[in-house]
Amino acid sequence: MTAGVGSGLTRARASLRRLPFLSRLMTRGSENGRAYLLLAPTVFWLGLFLLVPLVLVAITSLTVRGAYGETVYRWTLANYARFFEPLYVQILWRSLVVAFWTTAICLAVGYPFAYFLAQVPRRHRGTLLMLVIVPFWTNFLIRTYAWVVILRTTGVINTVLQALGLISEPLSLLYTPGAVLVGMVYGFLPFMVLPLYTSIEKLDHSLLEASSDLGAPPWRTFLRVTLPMTMPGVVAGTILVFIPALGMFVVPDLLGGARTMLIGNLIQNQFLTARNWQFGSAASIILMALVTVGLMAYARSFGFEGEELVG
Amino acid sequence: MKRRILGLYSVLVYLFLYAPIFVLILFSFNRSKLNATWTGFTFDWYAKLLHDKPILEATGNTLLVALVSTAASTVIGTAAALAMHRFRFAGKRLMEALLYIPIVIPEIVMGVSLLALYVMLGMELGLPTIIIAHIAFSISFVTVTVRARLHGFNRYLEEAAMDLGADEWTTFRRVTFPLIVPGILSGALLALTLSLDDFVITFFTAGPGSTTLPLRIYSMLKLAVTPEVNALSTVLLGATLLLVTLSQRLQKKEL
Amino acid sequence: MTQNKAGLTLAAVFLAISVVLTGCGGGGKPAAQVPAPASTGDQPKLDGELNVFNWSEYLPQEVIDEFSREYGVKVNYDTYSSNEEMLAKIQSGASGYDLVVPSDFMMQVMVKKDLLEPIDLSAVPNFKNIGDQYKNQAYDPGNKYSVPYMWGDAVIAVNTDKVKRPITSWKDLWDPAFKGKVVSLNDMRFVIGATLKTLGYGMNETDPAKLDQAKAKLKELAPNVKVWDSDSPKTSLLNGEAWIGLVWGAEGVLARRENPAIQVVYPTEGIGLWQDNMAIPRGAKHKRTAEAFMNFVLRPEIHKKIADAFPYNLPNVEAQKLLDPSVLGDPQVYPPQDVLAKGEWLRDLGDTTQLYDRIWTEVKGQ
Repeated sequence: MTAGVGSGLTRARASLRRLPFLSRLMTRGSENGRAYLLLAPTVFWLGLFLLVPLVLVAITSLTVRGAYGETVYRWTLANYARFFEPLYVQILWRSLVVAFWTTAICLAVGYPFAYFLAQVPRRHRGTLLMLVIVPFWTNFLIRTYAWVVILRTTGVINTVLQALGLISEPLSLLYTPGAVLVGMVYGFLPFMVLPLYTSIEKLDHSLLEASSDLGAPPWRTFLRVTLPMTMPGVVAGTILVFIPALGMFVVPDLLGGARTMLIGNLIQNQFLTARNWQFGSAASIILMALVTVGLMAYARSFGFEGEELVG
Repeated sequence: MKRRILGLYSVLVYLFLYAPIFVLILFSFNRSKLNATWTGFTFDWYAKLLHDKPILEATGNTLLVALVSTAASTVIGTAAALAMHRFRFAGKRLMEALLYIPIVIPEIVMGVSLLALYVMLGMELGLPTIIIAHIAFSISFVTVTVRARLHGFNRYLEEAAMDLGADEWTTFRRVTFPLIVPGILSGALLALTLSLDDFVITFFTAGPGSTTLPLRIYSMLKLAVTPEVNALSTVLLGATLLLVTLSQRLQKKEL
Repeated sequence: MTQNKAGLTLAAVFLAISVVLTGCGGGGKPAAQVPAPASTGDQPKLDGELNVFNWSEYLPQEVIDEFSREYGVKVNYDTYSSNEEMLAKIQSGASGYDLVVPSDFMMQVMVKKDLLEPIDLSAVPNFKNIGDQYKNQAYDPGNKYSVPYMWGDAVIAVNTDKVKRPITSWKDLWDPAFKGKVVSLNDMRFVIGATLKTLGYGMNETDPAKLDQAKAKLKELAPNVKVWDSDSPKTSLLNGEAWIGLVWGAEGVLARRENPAIQVVYPTEGIGLWQDNMAIPRGAKHKRTAEAFMNFVLRPEIHKKIADAFPYNLPNVEAQKLLDPSVLGDPQVYPPQDVLAKGEWLRDLGDTTQLYDRIWTEVKGQ
């Protein structure tokens, strides 16, 4: 088996060397043309399998719901107007707060951890990195249920604390906002750690040394050199955590007892129990528009884009 | 000193990451079917697993989908990241927005609208339709991760290579590519993780006989997720960890 | 490049595992896997394949295997966990399924939306085994589209170790003594229905004024509820998070099996009832085979086998006769006649569903 993989690798390398199409792609043509060639598969895939369906969603969002959930093709903006009622705005706000804290904690926990991963000896790096992601290859639901076992009244934490005599009455941990945050941070941590790691790993250590040689205290070196240089990782990580966290509702339902409705629940309910695809579509489009605009502004404010060729 | 604190801290983070995993493994030996309380030790669930055709089939489907979609989305997403990083072109802003959509879109919206599209196109639902969907939502995760790596990438290295006579393709292969490998790898790992766990979008894009593991497990909720699933997770986890160690050994030998 | 290689090795092994698993799981080409029919006598000509879409944990694998063996049909069995998920999939029009299992109110929706094929009851002779009270339901008079599968109820389950006083009414869930100690189904219709019951109204109320009262009342219940859970409410009862709850009857019985202190109570205002039915989606490719499958399920010994595996109630009186008397005679499993008579079925409420959704959102969004 080992031999097979090895020779496969050699073959892969050889074919990488021989790919005439890719080679031409990288070397010829105008900037526009080359960019479009590289982007062609993405445009095709996302265009056909994401944009076209989205157009269907947009059309649905502008129609009227019939008594049994069927689409009545009479154009209206009522579905959009409805979303701005205080009830729904409040739900969106609450979701933003949850997503914010999830992201902030992931960043606070993940940054030093990613830093650690990036500075261990190279030969251990791969293994340690894999160990971060491997737990997440078990099923999400099973993992979340394991948290229920840990947090519940008769759970691991309470049992241990009681056995140690630290508490007499079990703490109420499960089905609290704290439990939700633990579950959310747990679920999204790798999405913060991996981009951070890729960014920190290429950090030029001579710059750090230069900074400290020049007498800067460590915190200053961190703030003025390390952090700015790893900002792309921070931006990528916060994007990959914040957005999915905004739509997440399974963790809040399972660990928070489903006691508060979040934007993800709201949209899911509209498509399922309420059978109101019209309002569900409108809510989704508003959410996507808000987030995309916010995201692009955020990314740009850190120069995440537009740094093409340094001219 | 500082290094030791960082190391200790990281041990704690690993503990956090593995705490539920330990519980999961423990409960794969639990006698009770209900996964609620500990009632006694047994190997039964492992024995049952061996004969549970549907769940093994679902596991096979899951791995196949995850692997194919990860490979495809990694290639497509990396190409997009290079283009976005490298070039100035008309419509870049639009492209930027397009690339964010798969991250932003609520899963159920993507699920039901893709289903509508497949039906319109007359595509038969099955593993291919699941794979198409998984590629669509994974591309952006790869792109974002690779771009983080490319950002602030030292162009002088490439220029130096070209000054020394390398053509642009060779420069890419010998200079750029090795430098962005960690980014590509991270992106691929995220894509794989997303695919292995996806439920909502898979539910809507699956057809008869193409059930994946998350689909099986989520629908078990109605009665109880049996410890058999814990047993399965334990076996897969063990296999993966074994592989990681093994490949690590191999590399060391070759170095 | 070393990390790269690690990735490739992993990928290769993953691929190997998945191929092996798919292979031994009997995936691949369905046609090649069709077992030879065991008997060919009087059976009608069937297709080689049947695509079943059912609730999960609702049909034991051995029943499926038995059908496959006897009729030489390969069964693709996929599952869902809510009526609405199933509906969303079926109404796309090309799901590929031949048999689905909608609940009562969902039958009504699917019939209205013309999503079902009429069933040829002459091809399902075992339909005669179904008890009269389970036939001819309001959602499908004459059983044109549906054949009963299982039924059950929504009741109160209480841990008598923790709750010493007698529990008799839905109102008891509102008792301030149970603050943070209640588990409730996360099901809009049954929860609002039970709330309406406490006010003396029916579960299918459509009067906005009465629903407004129910909303105010339900908001008062919210602080008592520790967890909303439709999937496995027994878990919270068993691990001590909750003392009392609005749960599926079957969940209460399952919890009692693990902890005898947990008892099922039928509130005096009347319980909620549901019934699931086998039906054939419009355009199904294997209609005859689906009917043969229905007929097979309705055989007393087969239907009984299903009820043995999963704790729901049989509409099949011939199968009921085969049950252990301790099951059929257990009033916590099969509710007594007077309780059943006061029980209520959910109906689809058309546009009023939006009002229910609004109430639900307000209670959960407050």
